[in-house]
Amino acid sequence: MEATLTYTDEKNRGAVTIPGFGRPLRSEEMVLNMGPQHPSTHGVLRLELVVDGEVVVDVIPHIGYLHRCFEKHAEAMINYQQIIPYADRMDYIAAMNNELGYAIACEKLLKIKVPERVEYIRVIMAELQRIGSHLIAIGTYGMDIGAFTPFLYCFRDRERILDIFEQTCGARLLYNYIWIGGLSHDVPASFVEKVKDFCKYYRPNIKELNDLLSYNKIFIERTANVGVLPAEVAINYGVSGPVLRGSGVKWDLRKNDPYSIYDRFDFEIPVGKGLVGTLGDCWDRYMVRVHEMEQSLNIIEQAVDKIPAGDVQSAVPKRIRPDAAELYIRTETPKGELGYYIVADGTTSPARVKVRPPCFVNLSALPAMCRGAMISDVIAILGSIDIVLGEVDR
Amino acid sequence: MIPQEISNAIKAKFPDALLEAKVDGVFDPYAKIAPDKIKDVSLFLRDNEETLFDSLMCLSGVDYTGGKLGVVYHLHSMKWNHKFTLKVDVTVENPHCQSVESVWKTANWHEREAFDMYGIVFDGHPDLRRILMPYDWEGYPLRKDYKVPEYYQGMKVPY
Amino acid sequence: MKEALLDLLHNEILVYVLMAIVPLLWIIPFALFAVWWERKISAHMQDRLGPMRVGGWHGWAQTIADILKLIQKEDIIPTAADKRLFILSPFVVFIGSYAAFAAIPFSAAYVGSEINIGLFYVISISSLVVIGLLMAGWSSNNKWSLFGAMRSAAQIVSYEIPVALSLLAVIMIVGSFDLQEINRAQSGPIWHWFVFQKFPFLFIAAIIYFVASLAEVNRTPFDIPEAESELVAGYHTEYSGMKFALFFLAEYANMFAVSAIASTVFLGGWNSPFSDFMSGPLWGAFWFIAKGMGFVFLQMWLRWTLPRLRVDQLMYVGWKVLIPFSFVIVIGVGFWVMLTR
Repeated sequence: MEATLTYTDEKNRGAVTIPGFGRPLRSEEMVLNMGPQHPSTHGVLRLELVVDGEVVVDVIPHIGYLHRCFEKHAEAMINYQQIIPYADRMDYIAAMNNELGYAIACEKLLKIKVPERVEYIRVIMAELQRIGSHLIAIGTYGMDIGAFTPFLYCFRDRERILDIFEQTCGARLLYNYIWIGGLSHDVPASFVEKVKDFCKYYRPNIKELNDLLSYNKIFIERTANVGVLPAEVAINYGVSGPVLRGSGVKWDLRKNDPYSIYDRFDFEIPVGKGLVGTLGDCWDRYMVRVHEMEQSLNIIEQAVDKIPAGDVQSAVPKRIRPDAAELYIRTETPKGELGYYIVADGTTSPARVKVRPPCFVNLSALPAMCRGAMISDVIAILGSIDIVLGEVDR
Repeated sequence: MIPQEISNAIKAKFPDALLEAKVDGVFDPYAKIAPDKIKDVSLFLRDNEETLFDSLMCLSGVDYTGGKLGVVYHLHSMKWNHKFTLKVDVTVENPHCQSVESVWKTANWHEREAFDMYGIVFDGHPDLRRILMPYDWEGYPLRKDYKVPEYYQGMKVPY
Repeated sequence: MKEALLDLLHNEILVYVLMAIVPLLWIIPFALFAVWWERKISAHMQDRLGPMRVGGWHGWAQTIADILKLIQKEDIIPTAADKRLFILSPFVVFIGSYAAFAAIPFSAAYVGSEINIGLFYVISISSLVVIGLLMAGWSSNNKWSLFGAMRSAAQIVSYEIPVALSLLAVIMIVGSFDLQEINRAQSGPIWHWFVFQKFPFLFIAAIIYFVASLAEVNRTPFDIPEAESELVAGYHTEYSGMKFALFFLAEYANMFAVSAIASTVFLGGWNSPFSDFMSGPLWGAFWFIAKGMGFVFLQMWLRWTLPRLRVDQLMYVGWKVLIPFSFVIVIGVGFWVMLTR
């Protein structure tokens, strides 16, 4: 029987027609559940991978395993101040930045002007936290690629940051430090010295990290040209933070839409340049984080000398009851643009707090980056997005 | 462009789509759009050279109580660095609204979330499933009249 | 050693059993030590201390405690698993690596079996490991395990070619597969070791062998069959308790086996680096083990330094880099041997 079959059906990708055989030789697709318990999904993310051998045909993320009803809780709270500990628990490795965004939003609603001292301390804390968060992102990314040692180097350095936080407010992970209109505690006397010590200690370590991981041949092989996200696609997906900058878009809310006192500092916005591969690949996203840590050090060093004297709680309102209004405030967290949409209805608790989590939006671009990649690449791409499930699911 | 100009541009292009505009006395100036016109307006705002709203910062569902639901779109232009807010009001009885997923991919998951939490149905969305709650969850948790169910799949929900 | 034992015991079967047990007496303490050693090495490379409590001095009893824990663990067999294969595979894997020790010359006086196809035997018997891994991956009825098994099969089979070819260069010089013969051919001063001979061919061959052997034993940067960040744990995802311990034991035994081959073939085996000084049966065993441990240390060092390759990159390295180079070496050494005969 002389038969030739040609499949144009979308389901039969990779079909090969054998003349005279009548039956196409094709490989079958397999559905592979990556997660919710998997070492490299950075939490309880489930990725439904449709794979053809090692090649990924489609990725369907399933989220919500860590949904803790942040928005429902926020509406049920007695007052605005009580929401801050919940905000801490969204992006739990960059809690300071979450608090900062929420506090700024509430202050704008209440039309409060916070003292200078508070602003400076907030900026230092936020930047220290940014370094801490990037250290985890970089360390775990190395571990995703298979290098274990950089992970512990990063944690060693992060420990110093956590020590500073611990001295200041007693907590190491979830601080409840930045309050609406002020701070929970003033910084200890040795704070300035400690922060300076850290900057001095940490700068050389970035070079060590680069030598060990960033410019490692195998690491570059694994991350360059993988998961390329072109700039237009990135903007259309609304991704932000290092993911957007990795695609070559010079966009940082600290510069482009300044909040707090970021307009007073001199720093660069690192962007991906496609040095070792295509612009917008995993290595670019990774490298943006490394450079951002240096810039954060710059900001801290500029800010730490200028902390004015004053009281950190003088502007904290006794009773928080904003007029009926609504606003959207966004700040730059280590992961990207964190937005708070708050609807106040004139009572002591908000009618609606919608969070625009950067990880949630960045993760939605994952399928676009993963199609046609290999299973190992999915890990590399997911790691380069740097998600925190606490924030994706809220 | 200042917000007044943006709202005028919408009015000039879609006279019957613009239901209300408020640019003064609010934090974020907004325009209220008819639910069945939101996609066209979005597409216009995105592609018009003068507005160029190429990114959707946030899409939120809101329950205004009294059977009124709403969707709020926060737009931003990377090039012009201006912002604008669009609002769509729907009712609990007829919670249908056009999807803007084809305009901004950001809307994909945000619309799923608004559907998940408020039951707002986005017509034209390619994959409108629940996103944060389990797929077989009943009810829309962020509605103000939502009651926490006592049982989920025969298991008692601890409270 | 065999003759001495025969004189002592006058029972051939007993002698063979004793001879066969000797490698086991080495493998188990070695694995216990190497696991602890690897923990210590990795810890010190990563600015930490590693195990410090169990047993007192630097946590020396940590692995013994771990083994005791593993023995006591419940032996879980997934309901969906293919029971017979699932139980059998750890033993197949262990047998594959244990049997390789039969031909490895620990000293001038001791080799499990002095056969004239020793090297050939070691290469072929250690391929048995692949079958065990495939069995483990298939029978677990877990997609991740299957992925790990398929990857390891592809990897080990591919990397056996450069391993065999780089060893072939030495075999051509010695003219024998017998590992004791290869050892004896390297006796004398240190530059008689094959790694320094026929420069640069055998030096490169040694490097190729070492790189390929890393892939053979699934060590970083070629640990993709059990890549914990991708495949959870690869082929042994579903294994627990003593079966897992057997996989672990086999892995460490394999590490030493490939290191032993490397030191025998390229670094003079039991030959002393100082010619006749410090040589003899016991010193021979010392030098042999020291060289083997040196290679094991190198493997650990690499593991805690390098990231992991991707599957296609691994295949690229194997087929497009190592194999062509090893062919060049075989041809080069072949001509050299032919012309200088």
